[in-house]
Amino acid sequence: MTETIDWPLEIHRVLSAAKLRQIGYVPDAGHKRLIELCHADGAMRTVPLTTEEEGIGLAVGAWLGGERCALLMQSSGVGNIINALGTIKECRVPLPMLITMRGEYGEFNPWQVPMGQATPAVLEAMGVVVQPVREAAGIPAAVDAALRLAYNSYVASAVLISQKVIGIKSFQEQAEK
Amino acid sequence: MSATLKRRDVVAQLLADRGDLLVIAGLGSTAWDCTAAGDHPLSFPLWGAMGQAAMMGLGLALAQPSRRVLVVTGDGEMLMGMGSLATIGVQRPQNLSVVVIDNERYGETGMQATHTASGVDLAAVARACGFPNASTLTGEAEIAALRAAIHAQPGPNFATVKVAAEKAPIILPPRDGGLLKARFRRALLGEAADSQ
Repeated sequence: MTETIDWPLEIHRVLSAAKLRQIGYVPDAGHKRLIELCHADGAMRTVPLTTEEEGIGLAVGAWLGGERCALLMQSSGVGNIINALGTIKECRVPLPMLITMRGEYGEFNPWQVPMGQATPAVLEAMGVVVQPVREAAGIPAAVDAALRLAYNSYVASAVLISQKVIGIKSFQEQAEK
Repeated sequence: MSATLKRRDVVAQLLADRGDLLVIAGLGSTAWDCTAAGDHPLSFPLWGAMGQAAMMGLGLALAQPSRRVLVVTGDGEMLMGMGSLATIGVQRPQNLSVVVIDNERYGETGMQATHTASGVDLAAVARACGFPNASTLTGEAEIAALRAAIHAQPGPNFATVKVAAEKAPIILPPRDGGLLKARFRRALLGEAADSQ
């Protein structure tokens, strides 16, 4: 079956409809288009981070100030946020995270595999509700559900977007665009 | 040259007549300093996640552009989150001030030397990251001007205040993170925040 859904556009639409106002990110090729859509959206403050951990502080500050903040990162970045996630759990701050996977479906770089394989377990160990998605068609509903869960239940939720969706070859192609 | 300013006096002066200032207090000594100056619902003291104080200030400043936001943190925490100075330098919120109470020590773990004791210059880092105002203060006479800048000077502002490496009595804020979050949001956003 050919995938025809424009999933980054759909994610942006869902984030916009849910009134996300701050978007923190460390770039990933899989998130390239979504990052561009967020930057182009005047209603969103898009904040590039030097490390994913900064995004946790950003999201806590945003929520203290009454704004919704989502984080975009690659699975390797999950390793950089572990201790900071303790604040999210202790303070019950809603935090949706959209994570593009490395180190799983057809990975070519062996150094990506350890963190990629540990990503769901690490997130769950820190109290994050994890929702893997392996088909593009399921992404918009999964993101919508993750946002509802985060903001209705005051928890961190993570949508893990498989390399199967992003496309194994397209890593290089997207980086070259 | 050893610092002579006392951290409790400095923080008390910076928070005097705070008005509607929003405060993030870095974990450890600066949280105790801010609490000693008077626990306040619009102060969010950190008990963990070392390194995040400045970024919390950024998220808050972006969410509340009409309010002044102050981060009071220690040199140890600022060193752990030094990249956040670069991130703030990109966003440049005019309403944010970051003040580092710098005793050149890790005060909660046995007063071990931090990198600032060896000359690492956090104000120079902030300046290089694009903070239009970044300075190192050592004298009593400079604190009143810093307080005024926190309330009115277009930022982002950064200041390191060199203070004596001495232990002050520990004055604890509430520990419950959920409570600290909820009371801050209620005080800032009203009771409607409880059901958002």
